[in-house]
Amino acid sequence: MTHFLPEGTVKIAAQNLGVFYGEKQALHAINLDIRAGEVTALIGPSGCGKSTFLRCINRMNDMVDGARVEGSLTLDGNDIYDRGIDVVQLRARVGMVFQKPNPFPKSIYDNVAYGPRIHGMAKDQTELDEIVMNSLEKAGLLGEVEDRLSESGTSLSGGQQQRLCIARAIAVSPEIILMDEPCSALDPIATAKVEELIDELRENFTIVIVTHSMQQAARVSQRTAFFHLGKVVEMGDTEQIFTNPQHTLTQGYITGRFG
Amino acid sequence: MQTLILAGALLLMMSFAYRFGRNRVLAQVDGRPDALHSLPGYYGWWVALWCGLPAFGLLTLWLMAEPSLIRALVIGSLPSEMQALSDDQIAVLINEVRNAVLGHATANPALAMAAEHYTHLTRVGFAAMAAVALALALGGGLYAYGRLEPQLRARPRVEATVKVFLVASSTAAIFTTIGIVLSLLFEALRFFQMVPITDFLFGLGWSPQMSIRADQTGSSGAFGMVPLFTGTLLVSVVAMVVAAPLGLLAAIYMSEYAQPKVRAMAKPLLEILAGIPTVVFGFFAVITVAPMIRSLGEVFGLTVAAESALAAGLVMGITLIPLISSLSDDVITAVPQSLREGAFGLGATRSETIIQVVLPAALPGIVGGILLAVSRAIGETMIVVMAAGLSAKLTFNPLEAVTTVTVQIVTLLIGDTEFDSPKTLAAFALGLVLFGITLGLNVVALHIVQKYREKYD
Repeated sequence: MTHFLPEGTVKIAAQNLGVFYGEKQALHAINLDIRAGEVTALIGPSGCGKSTFLRCINRMNDMVDGARVEGSLTLDGNDIYDRGIDVVQLRARVGMVFQKPNPFPKSIYDNVAYGPRIHGMAKDQTELDEIVMNSLEKAGLLGEVEDRLSESGTSLSGGQQQRLCIARAIAVSPEIILMDEPCSALDPIATAKVEELIDELRENFTIVIVTHSMQQAARVSQRTAFFHLGKVVEMGDTEQIFTNPQHTLTQGYITGRFG
Repeated sequence: MQTLILAGALLLMMSFAYRFGRNRVLAQVDGRPDALHSLPGYYGWWVALWCGLPAFGLLTLWLMAEPSLIRALVIGSLPSEMQALSDDQIAVLINEVRNAVLGHATANPALAMAAEHYTHLTRVGFAAMAAVALALALGGGLYAYGRLEPQLRARPRVEATVKVFLVASSTAAIFTTIGIVLSLLFEALRFFQMVPITDFLFGLGWSPQMSIRADQTGSSGAFGMVPLFTGTLLVSVVAMVVAAPLGLLAAIYMSEYAQPKVRAMAKPLLEILAGIPTVVFGFFAVITVAPMIRSLGEVFGLTVAAESALAAGLVMGITLIPLISSLSDDVITAVPQSLREGAFGLGATRSETIIQVVLPAALPGIVGGILLAVSRAIGETMIVVMAAGLSAKLTFNPLEAVTTVTVQIVTLLIGDTEFDSPKTLAAFALGLVLFGITLGLNVVALHIVQKYREKYD
């Protein structure tokens, strides 16, 4: 990937980012850096704003009536909420995997080929095949579905569906993949597979993951941000957050005393 | 009137039975409902049901049996030379007796006697029935009242009775349908005894007339339904060409693009269309649309009939827009939001999302809705009666006047009809075929919609 930055460079930066849903303020003055080539975990109790922050990065909040953003959020130094930014192109650079696996009611092949098709990424069928196979391979799904690519994506098991959704996101060659509790609808075995996959994907993509599972955050991420009541309480290396939290709120949450 | 008073009295007794039953069982446990098997109200209902059901059952039976019973008794009392008459003549006599009862004097003294007898029988019969019904209500109520005890399983019994009523209500519609089919079927069978079924199904000519005398001109009737069905088909196709795209596009706008405020305004407005009586649409077709098409046709040098399949089809299409749009709107809204987000998250635009993800997911439901609209179009009567014309021509040109199955049924049954002539009976055969087609379409449509539902629940 040509656009890939060296590990550790700031990829996404939020400065005084505030988000409102109508009158209600969901995020208060968020300052947060997300580095390239790392997995950043966002943790915190329900309703703390971590999903809202995630959905700001690819402007999925645009579709919510009455949503309003202030402050700045930049991707490679360019403001995501600038008027000149094309949302379609932004979303091609910032992929997303959702809480519940949501494969389209199409064949497995068409699910993965959907993104490349709408962005005109393949000049012929061979190239498209290549992209689809590559993406399935990277998502660790190829072996399981190779001989039934024309079957419906909804016929797969929950864990396979989620990996199909990851393959679908990868196929567009994004720089960043946002994951909104990607394992909350999966059983432990499927979860383990997806976590393993996240670790491998770190090679090529910057990943931001929202999770409710402390263990998951500890296992897959390098950096962790703890959200509480719409604010970032603490942000740091995952190891430090889990072994030596600086803030009492963080300590209370990760040891399970509240949340 | 008398019957209403009796029914009112029975209801009053039931309400007393409810109260007495409830109070008695509460008194048995010193007013502590927790010592009862069921809630106190159920005991009340149990007594009330015992009080009301047998009496109302008797009342219903009487209402059904009374006319034929009294008729038989009156006939029995007529002079023997009258009883010897044929059934038809006796029916005439009975009719005269009934008229005499209502106050029209009769010249025949025997019939005047019979009328008096008739009145007498009605009175005595009703009084006897009312007495027995009230006694039944009282007896049933007392029986249940006497059997009340705290451990009586009142709730299951009352609920079982309620269930019987629910089942009866739901089967009423089904039996009505069966009744309609049977009545159509028997009349149609009589028709097929006079006209061979193959002539009817595959005949290309339709001119429903029968001669009264053998040497009459125009004595040859033709009962081939093909021209009628091509007419129906033609009008329906025109209607669907209008309604399917407009309805679907309206639904897409309403569900995907419209702001909540616009939607709240526009949706009811669109549904007002569904509330306009079809006869008014008929006016619209005849007075406005048909002349418009005609003068438009003249501009292009086309001859358009004053009443054309196109005019009727266009207006019928407009009436079907709300049906298609509201059914499609429902299925489009039912497509999970997560699918839309999935597409948006990949950088799809709104139109790409709708065309490639939302519509394919909603397609079975939309197809089901369109099929329902087709079956409505085929059965639609008023607009085509007014605007499609009457000539049974075998044509696929929408600019000509055509006639449809429903129009022919109407014209065959209007005015004086003789129920032993194939001209009249043909209407039932047409109705039967029409019913078969729409039933088939509805079954297919419901099946498709059902299949779709299973996917996302």
